[in-house]
Amino acid sequence: MTSLTPQNAQLDHIDDHGAEHGAEHPDHRMFGLAAFLVADAMTFAGFFAAYLTFKAVNPLMPGAIYELELPLPTLNTILLLVSSATFHRAGVNLRRQNNERCRLWLMLTAGLGLAFLASQMVEYFTLPFGLTDNLYASTFYALTGFHGLHVTLGTLMILIVWWQCRTPSGRVSASNHFPLEAAELYWHFVDGIWVILFVILYLI
Amino acid sequence: MTITAPQKTAPASPSLQPTGWLRYLSFSVDHKVIGLQYLVCGFAFYLIGGAMAGAIRTELLSPVSDFMARDVYNQILTLHGTVMIFLWIVPVVNGAFGNYLIPFYVGARDMAYPRLNAVAFWLIPPAGLMLISSYFITGAAQSGWTAYPPLSITTPATGQIIWILSVLLLGGSSIFGGINFIATILKLRRPGLKLMQLPMYCWAMLGTSILVVLSTPVLAGTLIMLSFDIVAHTGFFNPGMGGNVVVYQHLFWFYSHPAVYIMVLPAFGLVSEILPVHCRKPLFGYTTMVYSIMAIVVLGLVVWAHHMFTSGTPPWMRLFFTIATAFIAVPTGIKFFNWLATLWGGRISLNSAVLFSCGFIVNFVLGGITGVALAQVPFDVHVHDTYFVVAHFHYIVYGGSVFVIFASIYHWYPKIIGRMLDEHLGRLHFLLTFVGFNLCFAPQHWLGLNGMPRRVAEYDPQFELVNQISSAGALLMAISTLPFLWNVIASAFFGAIAGDNPWRALTPEWLTSSPPPVENWKGDPPLVTHPYGYGTPADEIDLNSASGSDLWRSGQ
Amino acid sequence: MLLVLGGLWIGQNINLLPVDASANAPIYDELFRVLFSIGTILFVGIVGLILFSLVRFRRRPGQLGDGLALEGNLPLEVFWTAVPAIVVLFVGLYSYDIYERMGGMVPLGHGNHGSETVADQRVWGGIGSTQDSQTATTAGIPPFPIEVTAMQFAFLFHYPDGDFISGEMHVPVDRPVSLRMEAKDVIHAFWIPEFRLKQDVIPGQPTVLDFTPTRTGSYSIVCAELCGPYHGGMRSSVVVDSADDFDTWLQSNRKLPAAEA
Repeated sequence: MTSLTPQNAQLDHIDDHGAEHGAEHPDHRMFGLAAFLVADAMTFAGFFAAYLTFKAVNPLMPGAIYELELPLPTLNTILLLVSSATFHRAGVNLRRQNNERCRLWLMLTAGLGLAFLASQMVEYFTLPFGLTDNLYASTFYALTGFHGLHVTLGTLMILIVWWQCRTPSGRVSASNHFPLEAAELYWHFVDGIWVILFVILYLI
Repeated sequence: MTITAPQKTAPASPSLQPTGWLRYLSFSVDHKVIGLQYLVCGFAFYLIGGAMAGAIRTELLSPVSDFMARDVYNQILTLHGTVMIFLWIVPVVNGAFGNYLIPFYVGARDMAYPRLNAVAFWLIPPAGLMLISSYFITGAAQSGWTAYPPLSITTPATGQIIWILSVLLLGGSSIFGGINFIATILKLRRPGLKLMQLPMYCWAMLGTSILVVLSTPVLAGTLIMLSFDIVAHTGFFNPGMGGNVVVYQHLFWFYSHPAVYIMVLPAFGLVSEILPVHCRKPLFGYTTMVYSIMAIVVLGLVVWAHHMFTSGTPPWMRLFFTIATAFIAVPTGIKFFNWLATLWGGRISLNSAVLFSCGFIVNFVLGGITGVALAQVPFDVHVHDTYFVVAHFHYIVYGGSVFVIFASIYHWYPKIIGRMLDEHLGRLHFLLTFVGFNLCFAPQHWLGLNGMPRRVAEYDPQFELVNQISSAGALLMAISTLPFLWNVIASAFFGAIAGDNPWRALTPEWLTSSPPPVENWKGDPPLVTHPYGYGTPADEIDLNSASGSDLWRSGQ
Repeated sequence: MLLVLGGLWIGQNINLLPVDASANAPIYDELFRVLFSIGTILFVGIVGLILFSLVRFRRRPGQLGDGLALEGNLPLEVFWTAVPAIVVLFVGLYSYDIYERMGGMVPLGHGNHGSETVADQRVWGGIGSTQDSQTATTAGIPPFPIEVTAMQFAFLFHYPDGDFISGEMHVPVDRPVSLRMEAKDVIHAFWIPEFRLKQDVIPGQPTVLDFTPTRTGSYSIVCAELCGPYHGGMRSSVVVDSADDFDTWLQSNRKLPAAEA
């Protein structure tokens, strides 16, 4: 869904300054993406609100198991936070027209994303409860699953950008770095959501 | 803010865009085409939803369930609510008029994201057809448009899942539209046009779009959880598995109360455009109108639990939501008093657009009064989930929004088509709709107060007469569509040529040809800093012939 | 002025409600009359203004000029912001007061039905819970307990005092009654229009609803929350008996357990 926005605006015939690049940025694609992320954040907010209310009102049914281990999620948090930094480095390098370094950093970011997903899978398989076991378990899987979907999408976007900036004159370059910036904003957003999720699900 | 759009010699029409009538069936990116697509598509669904309303009123002619099976009745009432809200009013007051007018009002040649715009529209017909076809294939959802669990978990799953899918699609369409409107209004204004110089409809759409972007995703998340409950047998809202159904109600109403403002705020905006033109007076109190829209947006987000006063909410919550809800009446009241002041002292042309707008004011005031009453917990405890509530919200969404949709069609038809609508048919349409509507819904207040719950196929015999009156009103409403349809179709071919500006209006959409060219204006977009600059200044009035109240002095 | 008086008269003298048959019904009707008066004044006033404007300021044939260029008037705006705000605040506080008198502000989860409350179950108090003023007036009489089970598509009434189940609810007049309600399958709502009482019965959420019937007679109990195909037919009735009749009824059923189930 998010990848619609860049393509749309690229084909946008109204945008008179589409090819130009300068201090004044006439395209509003980042604005649209930001608005979309606000909407996305509200979806998460809905899930969080549901989880917190369940927690406050509905006691765990007798015999139900809901125990979370901390080490793996903490590792996940570190993975994602580092990946935000590496993504930032990729952007800096792209603007410096250093495509090779940019691709290196992108690859590293994508790797961290995949590592996160893998570790998440490990956690899923080692947890003592399944999706339908109890209310909290369901909410846990819904929240982490929905977030994991976002990470998957983000990793795909990174790989696409990685492919598109393989030459300095590619679709993503120092003069057209919107796709990279969009993916970066999205990635930071997904990381931010993870931090909130980590605090709410695991710490409290 | 650099979209000045200097003269482009060749209108750079996007490649492979069909021209002629075919473009209305295409993936066109022209905001005017998309606006019309929304309007016509929405109206088609209105006719379908209206037919369902007819079926419901036919069933309610007699106290026993005799016209259709009880589960079919529940399917019909679910579809009626869903179709009317998600496929008629929301797409039309937002999508249709928003897409058509907003680019004109901000002085742009199109929306900020034209392709996203087309995607947003084309999500609607498949979603709508899917929803309605579910009735014929597997049986539609039968838990009402609110889909409260556990009922929605226990009724046949296929219909409910299709319902969820189509509402998700429609919600997505609405979010994309909302993002587009926000970006267009904030980012695409032509240079020199300040926010406080925008026509009121822009403000209404800005407020509406903020509500859409903030609240619709919550509904989407909720419905995803509900579908998990149905398909994967999780227990979010299933009390048998430790779930909590009240959480669903909270999340659902967090969207669905703002949804009322999503349906009504644009209508407020449209009325604010229509009245000044036909009264030949400036819109009274522009600044307070803007602030009251924003106040409604803020308050609209924090009143949802007044739909749940009987569901076991804690007392402090009831008190807070009562006060917050009642206070929405204040900004709303400001808007209504401002419209009355706009009428006062004008040179009102009593055409169909004005009649429908005034009909809207009358109906909405009644709906608003019952709304304030419903906000009071003890009052609500008696009439909650009864025909009183049915009457109240039909006064809001039909008497409010739908009347304004008709007013807007009478007002902008000359611009969209280039020909005038027939005034006599228009007034006949108004008369039939107004009488039919009030005949249909006013008696339902009494029904609710006296013990008829909503969503029933059978009722106590003592309510039969009043239900029959109500059904007669519904029949009148159905008939009222005929002169309108004839008018709209015939006038497209035989109506008088409208000219560029038949109403002598000042807003930018009238400062171009009718219908407008592809990029809205030949040459630069006009800079309209006083969209409501009608009227003769007070000092030019003959003091002897003016009455005292004409002489309210304004700052200007 | 005429408008205000007219509105007040209409509000006081036109009765749109069914008879009142419980202790909180007259309080409710008081609120209704106030709201109805205010609403009538507002509605008639605004409609009058519109009609007057449409007639007085209509465009006559040949008139092409514009109206007055009035763009706003700050004192007027302040006036019509302040007045509705005050009215709304008044109505809000007034209804809060009414609500308190009806007993709605009792905190939830008060388990004053100790004998039957399972420790970890939360009991939700509906309107008119026992710790309110209305029962205080009839203090000394403990509320008569009845257990209500709502299911698709019927209400069942279990009388702990006698241990029998009835399909029709009988209650003694002028004595507080305490309903402990539970839903078996989906959400139902327990509504007695003549009592001005409604409470959703939500599965997994036992709810207590207290009231004091004040008028003998038979009234209908209506399910007010869509609960499935036969929702419209999910009705029962409550019979308010005089104390003697009620005792007789109770005794006769006690001898024949599960007579009407």
